[in-house]
Amino acid sequence: MTKVLMYGWEFPPYISGGLGIACHDLTKALSEIGTKITFVLPTLQGKADINLHLDLVSSSDHVIEETQQKTLSYEEFKERMDVIGIESTLRPYFTEKSYQEFIERLINKGAILKDHQNFYKLSLTGQYGPDLISEVFRYAYVAGKIAAKVEHEVIHTHDWLTFLAGVEAKRISGKPLICHVHALETDRSGINVNQQIYEIEKMGLHEADKIIAVSFLTKNNIVNYYGIDPNKIEVVHNAVSKNKSTQRTEYIKKNPDEKLILFLGRITFQKGPDYFIEAAAKVLKHFPKARFVVAGSGDMMHRLIERTAELKIGRNVHFTGFLKRPEVEELFASSDLYVMSSVSEPFGISCLEAILFDVPVIISKQSGVSEVLSNALKVDFWDVDELANKILNVLSHPALSKELQAQSSEELKHIQWEKSAIKVEEIYRKLTPVHS
Amino acid sequence: MPSICFYFQVHQPKRLKRYTIFDINKSHFYEADDANSSIMRKVAYKCYLPTNQLMLELIKKHHGKFRISYSISGVAIDQMKKYSPETLDSFKRLAETGCVEFICETYYHSLAFLYSKDEFKLQVEKQRQLIRDEFGQEPTTFRNTELIYNNEVAKAAEELGFDTILAEGADKILGWRSSNFVYQPSNCEHIKLLLKNYQLSDDIAFRFSNRGWAGYPLTACKFAHWVHDLDGNAEAINFFMDYETFGEHQWEDTGIFKFLYALPDYIFKNPQFEFNTPSEVAKKYPARDRLDVPYFVSWADTERDLTAWKGNFLQDDALEAIFKLRESVYRTNDESLIDTWRALTTSDHFYYMCTKWFADGDVHKYFNPYESPYEAYINYQNVLKDFSQTVEKALEVELV
Repeated sequence: MTKVLMYGWEFPPYISGGLGIACHDLTKALSEIGTKITFVLPTLQGKADINLHLDLVSSSDHVIEETQQKTLSYEEFKERMDVIGIESTLRPYFTEKSYQEFIERLINKGAILKDHQNFYKLSLTGQYGPDLISEVFRYAYVAGKIAAKVEHEVIHTHDWLTFLAGVEAKRISGKPLICHVHALETDRSGINVNQQIYEIEKMGLHEADKIIAVSFLTKNNIVNYYGIDPNKIEVVHNAVSKNKSTQRTEYIKKNPDEKLILFLGRITFQKGPDYFIEAAAKVLKHFPKARFVVAGSGDMMHRLIERTAELKIGRNVHFTGFLKRPEVEELFASSDLYVMSSVSEPFGISCLEAILFDVPVIISKQSGVSEVLSNALKVDFWDVDELANKILNVLSHPALSKELQAQSSEELKHIQWEKSAIKVEEIYRKLTPVHS
Repeated sequence: MPSICFYFQVHQPKRLKRYTIFDINKSHFYEADDANSSIMRKVAYKCYLPTNQLMLELIKKHHGKFRISYSISGVAIDQMKKYSPETLDSFKRLAETGCVEFICETYYHSLAFLYSKDEFKLQVEKQRQLIRDEFGQEPTTFRNTELIYNNEVAKAAEELGFDTILAEGADKILGWRSSNFVYQPSNCEHIKLLLKNYQLSDDIAFRFSNRGWAGYPLTACKFAHWVHDLDGNAEAINFFMDYETFGEHQWEDTGIFKFLYALPDYIFKNPQFEFNTPSEVAKKYPARDRLDVPYFVSWADTERDLTAWKGNFLQDDALEAIFKLRESVYRTNDESLIDTWRALTTSDHFYYMCTKWFADGDVHKYFNPYESPYEAYINYQNVLKDFSQTVEKALEVELV
């Protein structure tokens, strides 16, 4: 079976979004069919921020040795997969702005002040900078060194933060490069694309020997916005795996007098939370006993709260901020309906998770998951009236909710990571002639 | 002398327009006029008009020896009058030949039998009157919606005065017996039962243009040969199918019209064979056995049961909701409200809500104007909400 050097950024138990879950579940399924994976990721998590930064500053010449000592091992991967961490502040959902805020927060907390001098001194060397882009270059530099040491046949990278790492690794080892696209800058930012990120994506996609897109929607975007030959792109849809901890939430009883409608995701342009709020206002006129929960955080949060107040529906709309996994699961279990109103959703694993919790789902037609899930209600994200029409019908007719639950649960049985893993392994084999 | 019996179902539902929760109390007209009009015109152009013309030619060419039968739903005739009167005229010309039998059903092509026997009878009577008025015939053969059948349907048809009834020749009701004979329902005194030969019927209706099928290409010569092979072991070979098979399900370029035109010639090559209408077949042959069908069968899907229209949460909920309204609707004494309500009992509305095989992209999708069964349910429930409010208001006014 193929030996794969994989570059990611996030891994359980430190999950904040669908990307970490996808990386985890895909690699797990791959290792189950025998693929041997070395997983490299930036690890700020799992350590106190203070120590990390002080540590790093003094050991810039020994990055590889440092990181190998801190290799994370997880029970289910012990035998087949190595996970290597590189010290870095990379987080998948950072924007340039939020990254700077994060660094500032560290400084305010005193984390960096202590060694204020060193921090800035080193940042000038380009080894460890307070901006996200130089962080990406630094990650790539270290990633290349790892590529020289770890035996592999294929390089597999996940999204733009690791694309440069992949390109660098390919330059060092000469092995074929796969760029796996879970989301694009054009999804995240609409028309306000960050040019630097876009350029990094474009470079990675052009350098790649093969591109894996999580949906046909994403494949089309790669072709249209990045000028890539469609023949170079394979679509491998995501899936969902039933997490053991979901059992724990089964005791949760839904309130029969009230209906809870859940939005879960970053509060950003891409996820379309504003359409959710507009629809909520329309729904509440007909169905006052509905509660709308917006779970997540992001740069649109303040604007959204203001709009909620303006619509005078604050009593029925709840903003939870960012939630940890157990809280997310509790919310799923308490919900009567899950709404994903994304403007551009490359896939959307969260809606499959909702189905795991027997929650019917309304999804945006502009989503990858819509390609694999038939038994869901589907709307154009901009069609607020239609979204409200569908929410109201689910709330008013238990039959609709029950049929959606029954049929989508049945359909979910066929949306398996195993199938995705087999497709990915097939792509590896085609790139490594030894196996064929 | 074995008989070949052709029966064609002609039906177009009154599809509902897109109706959201925000239309409630604002608009009380539910029909998708544009879609219904364009579909009727399209099907008339591709199927009804050319096929009727061809049937007329065949009847003339064979001097009355080519005989066929139709069941045209009342809601289809309503729409022909509105959108394609020339189609209705061409059916009338076929009626005038004396070689065509018109079969009775429920006017609204409904599932009334399953929920209200009273309503069922009223809708059958209305259809009977329509056939008298339009085609000048007294119908003696009955066929329930989509061949939905059991002992009770047969009994009800007998009580309504019919002599012949049609059903699917499903394996599960026939067992070792053949569909190619006339039967009698086990609980009936005189009504006779004709069963669809689904093998040969579906060779034409479904497999005709299927290149992966061993019988492809199906020629009139080959098909007639298969039919002749039944000689000596068959009395009534019943070909029941959607009329839209000709030109709509099987497009003209598949050669379906040429096949149909040539078929009688090849059939008549064996002089033992003749074409008869259902009531002629029932008169000609005695019932060879009594058939006990306690459970419902239909001609839909591989299951040949009711699950195309009934059985999932959406369908059952919608069906119960519409039939629960019946009593109130009749109390209004408002003909227009009663007609609107009855059109909402048409089976197609519930067929659109079928989730069976939905994820596999099944034949149901082809006939479904909605993107999903859930959309069908939502639209129907929205309409029903407005309609029930309208009915309530009408009753209030009466009290005042």
